[in-house]
Amino acid sequence: MQKIIRTAALVLGLAVVGIACAGAQDQYLKSFEQRITTKVLPNGLTLIVCERPDAPVFSYSTFVDAGDVNDPSGASGLAHMFEHLAFKGTSEIGTKDYPAEKVALAKVEVANDAYEAEYLKEVGRDPKKLAELKKIFLAAQAEAHKFVIPNQFTDIAERNGAEGLNAETGLDDTQFFWSMPENRLELWAYLESSRLADTVPREFYKERDVVIEERRMRTDSNPEGRLFEQFVATAYVAHPYGRSGIGWPSEVSQINATEAMDFHKKYYVGANIVVAVVGDVKASEAMPMLEKYFSGVPFGPKPEEMTTVEPKQFAEKTVAIREATQPIYIEGYHRPDYRDPDDAVYDAISDIVSNGRVSRLYRSLVRDQQIAAAAEGFSPYPGDKYPSLFVFGAIPLPGHTPAEMRDAIHKEIQKLKTTDVTDDELQMFKTRTRADLLRGLANNQGVANSLSEYQTRYGDWRELFLQLDRIDKVTKADIRRVANQVFVDSNRTEAWIDTAAPPTQQSTAAPKEGGAQ
Amino acid sequence: MKSPYIKNLSRMILAGAIFAAALAPIALPAQQSKPWEEIPIPKLHEFKPQQPKRIELKNGIVLFLQEDHELPFISGSVLIPGGSRDEDLAKTGFIGIYGQAWRTSGTAKMDGDALDDLLEAQAAHIETSGDEDSTTIEWDSLKGDADQVFSLAMDLFLHPKFSAEKLQLAQQQEATSIVRRNDDEAAIANRESAKLVYGINSPYTRQPELATIGAVTLADLQAWHDRTIGGKLIIGVFGDFDPVTMEAKLRAAFEGFPPAQPLAARHDVFDGPKPGLYFIGKEDVNQSNVQIVGLGTDRHNPDVPALAVMNEILGGGFTSRLFQKVRTELGLAYAVGGGLSFDYDHPGPFRVEVLTKSTSTVDATRAALDEIAGLTTRPFAQVEVDRAKDNILNTFLFRYDTREKVLTERELLEFYSYPANYLETYKAALEKVTLDDVTAVAKKYIHPGKYAVLIVGNGPEIKPPLEELKLGPAQPIDITIPMPKNMRQ
Repeated sequence: MQKIIRTAALVLGLAVVGIACAGAQDQYLKSFEQRITTKVLPNGLTLIVCERPDAPVFSYSTFVDAGDVNDPSGASGLAHMFEHLAFKGTSEIGTKDYPAEKVALAKVEVANDAYEAEYLKEVGRDPKKLAELKKIFLAAQAEAHKFVIPNQFTDIAERNGAEGLNAETGLDDTQFFWSMPENRLELWAYLESSRLADTVPREFYKERDVVIEERRMRTDSNPEGRLFEQFVATAYVAHPYGRSGIGWPSEVSQINATEAMDFHKKYYVGANIVVAVVGDVKASEAMPMLEKYFSGVPFGPKPEEMTTVEPKQFAEKTVAIREATQPIYIEGYHRPDYRDPDDAVYDAISDIVSNGRVSRLYRSLVRDQQIAAAAEGFSPYPGDKYPSLFVFGAIPLPGHTPAEMRDAIHKEIQKLKTTDVTDDELQMFKTRTRADLLRGLANNQGVANSLSEYQTRYGDWRELFLQLDRIDKVTKADIRRVANQVFVDSNRTEAWIDTAAPPTQQSTAAPKEGGAQ
Repeated sequence: MKSPYIKNLSRMILAGAIFAAALAPIALPAQQSKPWEEIPIPKLHEFKPQQPKRIELKNGIVLFLQEDHELPFISGSVLIPGGSRDEDLAKTGFIGIYGQAWRTSGTAKMDGDALDDLLEAQAAHIETSGDEDSTTIEWDSLKGDADQVFSLAMDLFLHPKFSAEKLQLAQQQEATSIVRRNDDEAAIANRESAKLVYGINSPYTRQPELATIGAVTLADLQAWHDRTIGGKLIIGVFGDFDPVTMEAKLRAAFEGFPPAQPLAARHDVFDGPKPGLYFIGKEDVNQSNVQIVGLGTDRHNPDVPALAVMNEILGGGFTSRLFQKVRTELGLAYAVGGGLSFDYDHPGPFRVEVLTKSTSTVDATRAALDEIAGLTTRPFAQVEVDRAKDNILNTFLFRYDTREKVLTERELLEFYSYPANYLETYKAALEKVTLDDVTAVAKKYIHPGKYAVLIVGNGPEIKPPLEELKLGPAQPIDITIPMPKNMRQ
């Protein structure tokens, strides 16, 4: 049930809603300032409480500044795998006898290591020995399973009214969230703080199978999933944004519990976590209680930043998929990260080319030329923390081709480079961004998500409102300048699906997925 | 790839079946201590959700006014009876086209494109859409623009000028969906399983084709509009308005309408699926989408509260039998769940779905079928019923925790002629559901022999083969998209 990655698949369908986008009148910032209390605990964890007492409920968002971009080499999908583990309980929840279970879990790791070592032998792998080791591994799992009370963590949450219980692992970060009746605030604080601090790698290998099924659903068996995975993998040569977020099959199928717990130890430390609670909560009463529970999260320094910076692209790249599905066209240009002074300029371009029926791509490709059913430009993708892509894409009408989409999109890009956008277009962007931000404030969960994200990314949740200044400062000249800088041939990766007849009588060998199951 | 633990697993399933009658399902084992049970749960803060003001006009039109002054917006909608189930079979897909072309065409005073320019400059919206049983026009703007946006919405509501160009544009959009409808495995599985339940020509499942959407004319759009806006309209407004002024404004707009004409009552027949195994091959996937479907019921049925509890036990959340077994215990699926659904005015489907890798198709399907059958053979434990009721009742609040949700709920109840206090009585009934009630409804509504099992997947990869399910031969379903001559590739 846990989701991963804000999928690209959503993106081409309809509008991308930029909740995060931009500021608002002072009165709303003031009103929030009066209702928001922030506290950094001695372990480095930041708590934000926002009072919104309309109904006796609250929503929370735990924002961990670690995602699949932090997966070690050879272990793509690890951050997401850990997210699944965080639903499996603690040393108190989900176990009949933790000391005994702990011993049994250690044996599972030993058995897995032995099995993996044999499995990975390129030379001299002994199939008989492998089968035996697998048997031992399965027996060790069965032994550990005897101590498990399955899904007790979620059971407690659901029985106490958890609504919309879920989590998402993106490339940049991991978010856990749900809503609850306000009288369960302390119970929630217990549950959330203990699963962050005291995760137990229980039922890890079964859950790994579940995650591989998630990959089959989202990526392998979905044409857009396949296209976007190949597209990003091609656009990046060095930075881990190019890796599959849910994990390459051979890697995600060999992640082990020890690696997952190492990831936890490094990234689930106080300084790397912001927890926002929004709703019918009184900060003066709640804060001491929250502090008590969340102080249990281990102290730890902010993990070191990665050294890899994607090198400048100098060769145009293409991905051509020929298969029996309908055509799609996408292309991407490298752009800087969210802290770049031009960040708001990209928002402006995205809004002007793709927001609604007034947008340039809709009017040109859909309404006037009648070659596409939908067309958009959006950024950042696939993440925002590191230099990302500005992506354009279109879904051709029946009878039209990806090549026509590309040419039509390029004409629109050319216009951005050579002619200023109109005053009306620029003003519309600013007005809509402000209104969308305000609309986003009507919902506890949405506010919790935004506060925790902005607090993490800018060190101050106020940036949610203050970014309006940057939005307001965007000029027509900025748009032309950025378009000319970024939308150049050598900075582009194109990817498309061309419809081809289904293969006849091909080899039906199942794709090898490798790995220990 | 066939892994040893799958062999292991078929043994476990077998074991489950043999010992089923003797096992008390999911009894909580002993545990050292439960610190969370020591945490106090204070009394919930007093809460009376603010109900919208309801005004019934003499002509039968109903207005709902729901004030909310937190943010400076005003939104509204007109809900109009009549939707895709009422459209002409030869023009299936009409309602989707109508929903688009109504708005994009605009009015005599202002065409759709000009309307787009004007509204977007104010971050405002007016949109129209079509659904199974209704069409809708809705609007939303900052408070300061609300008068103008309301006038524009009323002009569009009353005086659309359907345009041939926009009709064509909408047809193109629909055509794109049609030719793409076999690209996505889940979409195929959901659509085709619904057709198995209701029939291919049922008003609830018949599917648009290039020929049927091509048959839609401008005159059809106008005729539908003229006919439906005389129906029993429900108007809801929400946001930062003065109630007296708003009421006067709505009365002025709608009081002059002639008496609302109710739609003719429907007399649909629901037979349920022809039991058996069905298969659709798709060679670019490595995961099977398994749908086990039958006929559900409607919300008028007094058994619905007990069925809701049964659903929660079968496929509700992390602790449901399907989730516990197929996902947590067997690791065979990421997506698994389902239950018996109830629509407001017609039977919803019974549906359980499992998505599993090709090689475990048989095992996962068996496991799901076994859990469904288990509803009538494996006695419910009191703890299961208590847990399911807690899950439902403790989240009940989220049906009305914002004023907007309260408004939407009231509009729905009004539309389907349910009493305004439906949620309260439903909640009270849920509280009274007993273990015996759940056992009784499971026996009454769960009939594994009557279900159709549809599998969409990669035929050559599915090993062991589907015959091992012992559900008879897999009947192929042809999903080829009928293409007019000029579009064949």
